[in-house]
Amino acid sequence: MKHLVILGAGTAGTMMSNHLAKSLPKEWDITIIDQRKIHHYQPGYLFIPFGTYTESDIVKPVKKFLPSRAKYIQKPILNVDKDKDLVHLEGGQAIPYDLLIIATGTDIAPEETPGMAGPHWHKSIFDFYTLNGAVKLHRALEEWNGGHLVVHITEMPIKCPVAPLEFTFLAESYFHEKGMSEKVKITFVTPMDGAFTKPVASDQLGHLLKDKGIDVVPNFNVMEIDGDAKKLIDYEGKEVSYDLLVTVPTNKGAEYIERSGFGDELNFVPTHKGTLQSKVKDNIFCIGDATNIPASKAGSVAHFEGEILMENIKRFIEGRELKDEFDGHANCFVETGHGKALLIDFNYTHQPVSGTFPFPGIGPLTLLRESRMNHMGKLAFKWVYWNMLITGRHIPFVPSKMSEAGKNFEEIQS
Amino acid sequence: METTIAGKQVKLNEQGYLTDLNEWNRDVAAALAAEEGVELGEEHWPVLEYLQSQHKQEVPLTIRNVGKSGIVDIKGFYALFPGGPLKKASRIAGIPKPASCI
Repeated sequence: MKHLVILGAGTAGTMMSNHLAKSLPKEWDITIIDQRKIHHYQPGYLFIPFGTYTESDIVKPVKKFLPSRAKYIQKPILNVDKDKDLVHLEGGQAIPYDLLIIATGTDIAPEETPGMAGPHWHKSIFDFYTLNGAVKLHRALEEWNGGHLVVHITEMPIKCPVAPLEFTFLAESYFHEKGMSEKVKITFVTPMDGAFTKPVASDQLGHLLKDKGIDVVPNFNVMEIDGDAKKLIDYEGKEVSYDLLVTVPTNKGAEYIERSGFGDELNFVPTHKGTLQSKVKDNIFCIGDATNIPASKAGSVAHFEGEILMENIKRFIEGRELKDEFDGHANCFVETGHGKALLIDFNYTHQPVSGTFPFPGIGPLTLLRESRMNHMGKLAFKWVYWNMLITGRHIPFVPSKMSEAGKNFEEIQS
Repeated sequence: METTIAGKQVKLNEQGYLTDLNEWNRDVAAALAAEEGVELGEEHWPVLEYLQSQHKQEVPLTIRNVGKSGIVDIKGFYALFPGGPLKKASRIAGIPKPASCI
């Protein structure tokens, strides 16, 4: 038998195990390794602070979504010995592989910023990128009497780069509904040069922040947090004071990648952006948030990568040349509050523009424009995630390569 | 958009960034730097060359990897390109502005 091993049973790993179970030749066995028992619907974290979802809405057992052909080993990974093609687990077990797929994603690392992960963590400084953080933030928001809410991005890259903006919009909507708008000031602090960084989005959506009375502090690279004085301080000495800080800490790949000696400075795996083969060794492939490719870290990206990765695993096994075809396609709903959302569709070379999706000229979803239908789409996506995305089923009308039909690309021909 | 910078015909995007690194030279860099309020000296060039090499290797640029480059630390990077170092240095180096997805 030959061995295919998948590291990580999150969105990308679970999806790949289902794809592979259907089409990998019979002489291969499939093993999937992760320390977790529970699979989280991560897009749901965003809604927990506002009470739209509770914990039980977004968790299910990992095993429920794995194919019977895959063996699940629920243990922490110690390291990968790429020279001997072995995965070492905590406790001493070593798992040999002929082909390895790394899908261990990214996690927050608040300890990277002085003053963040100290005594004020989950007291006046919160994250919503973990279930625990989102649940604690929900309690804090419920009890909060108002003041200055600062929503903050520490540094790029981060998982779901639009989530901090969505959180900001949903917070504005939440306090409006609670009748607290007068008592709450919201500021968005980012290391980028604005809340929107792409020309068309910036042009068409820049007004949203102003309309909602949200201030933006751009070009702010946090150096440290003074939790006692409740201040963010950047490398130039600029300061932003807060009463309640909701931050997106530095995002890093899994620690075993550092112990294996092949990640970049943030433990992301150097990966070829078109083939998804790692640059570490030919028999190691990488998918989802764990890669260092210049695509967004998002579930939709993992979904679109899945098709190319399947093709390339087939080709690799047969000794054929790999397909250099992943185009960086991402497709994301962006909540804007008050029951509305945007939809964005883009890739390595095309920025998000307006138009209709998925049917050119018809919709029903609108790109880069707020609508209630888009918000319904975002909520319906939870069903799509559990029943289609991670089970490796094709999502109708949404091809892995981005379509240019029905989109207004003339907007960027300036 | 086609324009002339330091006597050289170049193409810029709508945010004033070169769209083709091959059109970059040190005179173009100095002219772009002047627009950003930066006067280029000896210490700037290794940083700009580092950014260009990272860009050619398709490594996404962050303040952190500049700080760990061994060429300049983060405070030094700010001192060279005050205000928005990554944004300004990228423009002067002739490479795309670091951007998010929207």
